[in-house]
Amino acid sequence: MLVFFYLFAAAAVLGALGVLLLRNPVYCALSLVATMSALGGVFILLNQEFVAAIQILIYAGAIMVLFLFVIMLLNLRSDEQFIARWNPGKVVGIAMALVILAQLVGVFTSASATLGPAGEYPAERIAKEGAVEIVGGLLVTQYVLPFEVASILLMVAIIGAVVIAKRQIAKPSQEGR
Amino acid sequence: MELLLNPVVISLVKVLVIILLFVMVVGTVLTLMERKWMSAVQDRIGPNRANIGSFRGRGTLHIAADGLKSIFKEDTVPEGANRFVFTIAPFFGFFSAIVIWAVIPFAGPLGGFTFQITDVNIGMLLVFAVTSLGVYGTVLAGWSSNNKFAVLGAARGTSQMLSYEIFLGLSLVGLFMIVGSVRVSDLVAYQNTYWFGDVLPKWGVLTQPVSCVLFFVAMLAEAKRLPFDAPEGESEIIAGYFLEYSGMRYAAFMLAEYVAIVGIGALTVTLFFGGYHVPWLHADGFHLLGAVLPLPAWLVVLLQLGAFIGKVLFFCWLVIILRWTVPRFRFDQIMALGWKRLLPVCLANVAVTALVLLAVDGWQ
Amino acid sequence: MIPVTHVLVLSAALFAIGVSGVILRRNAIVVFMSVELMLNAVNVAFVGFAYGLNSMTGIMFVLFVLVVAATEAVVGLAIMLAIFRNRGTLNIDEFNLLRW
Repeated sequence: MLVFFYLFAAAAVLGALGVLLLRNPVYCALSLVATMSALGGVFILLNQEFVAAIQILIYAGAIMVLFLFVIMLLNLRSDEQFIARWNPGKVVGIAMALVILAQLVGVFTSASATLGPAGEYPAERIAKEGAVEIVGGLLVTQYVLPFEVASILLMVAIIGAVVIAKRQIAKPSQEGR
Repeated sequence: MELLLNPVVISLVKVLVIILLFVMVVGTVLTLMERKWMSAVQDRIGPNRANIGSFRGRGTLHIAADGLKSIFKEDTVPEGANRFVFTIAPFFGFFSAIVIWAVIPFAGPLGGFTFQITDVNIGMLLVFAVTSLGVYGTVLAGWSSNNKFAVLGAARGTSQMLSYEIFLGLSLVGLFMIVGSVRVSDLVAYQNTYWFGDVLPKWGVLTQPVSCVLFFVAMLAEAKRLPFDAPEGESEIIAGYFLEYSGMRYAAFMLAEYVAIVGIGALTVTLFFGGYHVPWLHADGFHLLGAVLPLPAWLVVLLQLGAFIGKVLFFCWLVIILRWTVPRFRFDQIMALGWKRLLPVCLANVAVTALVLLAVDGWQ
Repeated sequence: MIPVTHVLVLSAALFAIGVSGVILRRNAIVVFMSVELMLNAVNVAFVGFAYGLNSMTGIMFVLFVLVVAATEAVVGLAIMLAIFRNRGTLNIDEFNLLRW
């Protein structure tokens, strides 16, 4: 169990490093897909098959395909000088990233950090009632307002994307049909 | 003996048997049957020349001939292609066509043995997740080939598959609402319950006729079969995204397509046509109008296995005959059909199903 | 039983890599991918807490993070397309029209 977790975690981190270090944007996208799939494996090990499925379905199957599609559409070349130009800002940036990492790890592993009170959904209950049923129930009861807001957000995003990406908005009078 | 009864070993054996003895065999045979049925539609004889001595076997040897030919053909990689991506692209489509078989049940349980590789909680969500990965095969193959036609095919394929994926999932929501589960075994078990005492089985096609049609159409579009094969469109862009492939890798694309056809058949049967169930056949025999014909358990399982395979083969035939019956949609027609017609119908279907379920609940 | 701390450290590592990607990379789409990576790292933390606390709240957060990630990707990529059409490049160093 723990071994599989480490395997998936290592794969995820390797994929993430690929995003950071590979030159070709398509390779970056592919290694991000690998990261997301590995995280799907991590979620399965954490008893959340439902999250794993939607992780693969939405991230790997939809969002990353969109990225690849745009990269293909724009026919992007490899960026030759991706970390070539060092400047003080970047050094500070990397230092900041390392500080963030150190802080997060420090907080997460510190002895005084303890988990709060346990909730009411242990793995056995999720397995018995089904994650899909529980999540569905919660979405239309306790979380119904965020759920509705999310739906509006999605619609705004669809309309916004169409408006931004469209080459020219045709004037109503010029429209053929 | 201990080793043989180990659950992991049993699952592995199931995987091998289902993949190698059923899916691959049917997929391979379909490559020949497609050409045979096509020639029947076009009033020709079709492939019948491959022979060993005087034995021709009505063209069956063409399967072996095709396999040998693709093994011995040169495996070319075009100039300027991205070699790494070009090499891995065929596996994505194949992977997604194979993995959906993990949740398809072939027959009812016999003793403690189930004819299903795994009955996961998330059931159909796994199928959606895996199907959604199939699009990588298209987009990567097209992009890496360094060919304008391939890129055109990949662009068409990607937008088509992303669009039709939406109501592939949405079309099943009504069914999930009726059954109250996404687990495949629940979906199948529900279809062996009956209306009017024990007369009319509650097959998905009867409870959700609209969603059955939508699902079948969406699956056709996902598998890029006619009338939705604009990404391949021979007469416009030669072969689309896999234009530059040759040898075994080309064969991998073709085989993945035929395995996907078997997958369409299996999913449609499992969700809408009773799965492995024979109407009125329960675990202990036939029950109809109070009369009971008891049957031994092994015979029931055999009947179910035969029924499932028969139904799947029927849908494979339907998919292939559709190809030679209907003309190809233009690409803008595909997108317009998806977003302007099928999506509203999907949403209306969900809404109507919800209202009917509420009404039935209130009435009872 | 996987220790929750290990899950959280994985999340922290992914997040830090995402941050460095945003800072170091010059290609706007790759920067964007790094942002997605950071969102993923947050998801890992949420699922880790949900696992450790036997709670469903983390899972609900993941769902909404997914929604935000999807909208962000769609609008962001549309903006990329528009920028590329106008400027002919996706190198963020050259997006300098709004500089004083």
